Amino acid sequence: MAEPVAHFPASTSKSAFPYLLGAGFLVVLAGSLCTAQVDPRRLLEGDALANAARFLRGAFPPDLSSEFLGHMMRPAIETIQISVVGTLFAVLIGLPLGLLATSSLAWSGVLHERRAAMGRWVLGFVPYAVARGLLSVFRSVPEYVWAFMFVRAVGLGAFPGVLAIGVAYGGILGKVYSEILEGVNPRPLETLHAGGASRLGVVLYGLIPQALPSLVSYTLYRWECAIRASAILGLVGAGGLGQQIELSMRFFKFDEVVTLLGMLFCLVGAVDFVSGRLRARLTR
Amino acid sequence: MSGPAYELHELRKVFADGTVAVDEISLTVGAGEQIAVIGPSGAGKTTLFRLLNLTLRPTSGWLRIAGVDVGGLSDQALRGQRQRIGTIYQQQNLVGRLRVVHNVLAGNLGRWSPGRALASLWRPREAAAAWRALAQVGIPEKLYARTDELSGGQQQRVALARVLIQDPAIILADEPVSSVDPSLAITIVTLLRDVAHESRKTLLMNLHSVDLALRYFPRIVGVRDGRIHFDLSREQVTEELLRGLYAGHRDDELQLERPPGGLDPFGRACRPLPGFDK
Repeated sequence: MAEPVAHFPASTSKSAFPYLLGAGFLVVLAGSLCTAQVDPRRLLEGDALANAARFLRGAFPPDLSSEFLGHMMRPAIETIQISVVGTLFAVLIGLPLGLLATSSLAWSGVLHERRAAMGRWVLGFVPYAVARGLLSVFRSVPEYVWAFMFVRAVGLGAFPGVLAIGVAYGGILGKVYSEILEGVNPRPLETLHAGGASRLGVVLYGLIPQALPSLVSYTLYRWECAIRASAILGLVGAGGLGQQIELSMRFFKFDEVVTLLGMLFCLVGAVDFVSGRLRARLTR
Repeated sequence: MSGPAYELHELRKVFADGTVAVDEISLTVGAGEQIAVIGPSGAGKTTLFRLLNLTLRPTSGWLRIAGVDVGGLSDQALRGQRQRIGTIYQQQNLVGRLRVVHNVLAGNLGRWSPGRALASLWRPREAAAAWRALAQVGIPEKLYARTDELSGGQQQRVALARVLIQDPAIILADEPVSSVDPSLAITIVTLLRDVAHESRKTLLMNLHSVDLALRYFPRIVGVRDGRIHFDLSREQVTEELLRGLYAGHRDDELQLERPPGGLDPFGRACRPLPGFDK
């Protein structure tokens, strides 16, 4: 018989990790503040205030003439189109690569225990590693830089914006998809596999249905990000409202800039709303 | 194909953490036989079934299915073998978000082409067959219900209907009734037994309840510590053998104590939890 326990046992965790993590964070924060030249006084210096005042004087009243607004409808719609088609491209890139980059599906774990070594490593692990590498290249280059390169390659307009969002967000989506897919309950997958289902059968009847709410939800979130990004991409000439903002800035037409920012604000709000409704409906 | 449904020779499974789950089990299962596998929790019964349904690879020893040594089979050939083995698990391993019809039709995945499998998710193929299978397990009205809206017992019936659709030569049931109420437990055990008998399928069932095993199965295999403790016909299984099988496993021993009057035909299933026996 064990001795009756007089006191409940104290936690045996003696890990120094939380302290190390905290100390490390403080060091990184202090270093970042120094090297990033954070100095609030510079906001209040003469030049900064004068420039801000010039911008504000020029910005009000905003240009709300029907002629200007009429001209801007097309770029506004273009911005939405870039975000929608760009996100679609991102899914087309991210989903196949994300599936390949899912280790439990590609090569490790119970679905592969009886696989012949050749198939497991050559047909499983190699594509997995290649997909991971591609995804990481796609997402480590910012969409802004992708847009810059695609503008050089295919010229100004919406298309380079679509390509930039497709590639950069494809990289992000693929990574997140693979993490979502690895997190699903593996037992239904084992069951399908044990009944003779192919890898694709396991994906269609076990993996995707379980992960669908998270996949849809994250994709819609990326679409919300894409509409903001498509505005930025315009600054390097990839179409949409951003390109108009850049033009108006260049000609010091701050009244137009404010109107355009207002339009962007409405677009982002509308997309957030639509995406929220879709999410609520699709992720039941 | 010919020969016994299963031949196991010194089959052994050691997991990566060093646990010896199955320790040199040798066993022959004739085609069409019905066998109950009993033994304390952690005896390696589930691992044995995962070896039998070709999910796990044995560490050593060999396994023949209908005379075919599965050790050297290609991935494709293994898939063909798995198609002939239907497994029912303890937990309902269904996808809750899919409708019942798809979970049942998933029994066809070994035969369906990828295109057909995808199309069926859009518009169920062979829905009539799924309906018949569900009717056989008593819940045809649930054909288009969402699976996670069903009770645990109903979900276990769906798992059963999937195996009926799969129509395998061998049925492995890994504690199929441990999470359902006693009367449903009897229904499920007898249904599996009858299905197996009618279409001459081989049936192996892991059971937590010794009573169910002794009542419905002619051959009983006792497993303890990854080894076969006894392999006898029902008549030869004695109280002593059972005590030896469960010795030292307190929770499992309890089910051997029958209340006076022998009113406990389902073993542990109808025993109240401690604290609920007012």
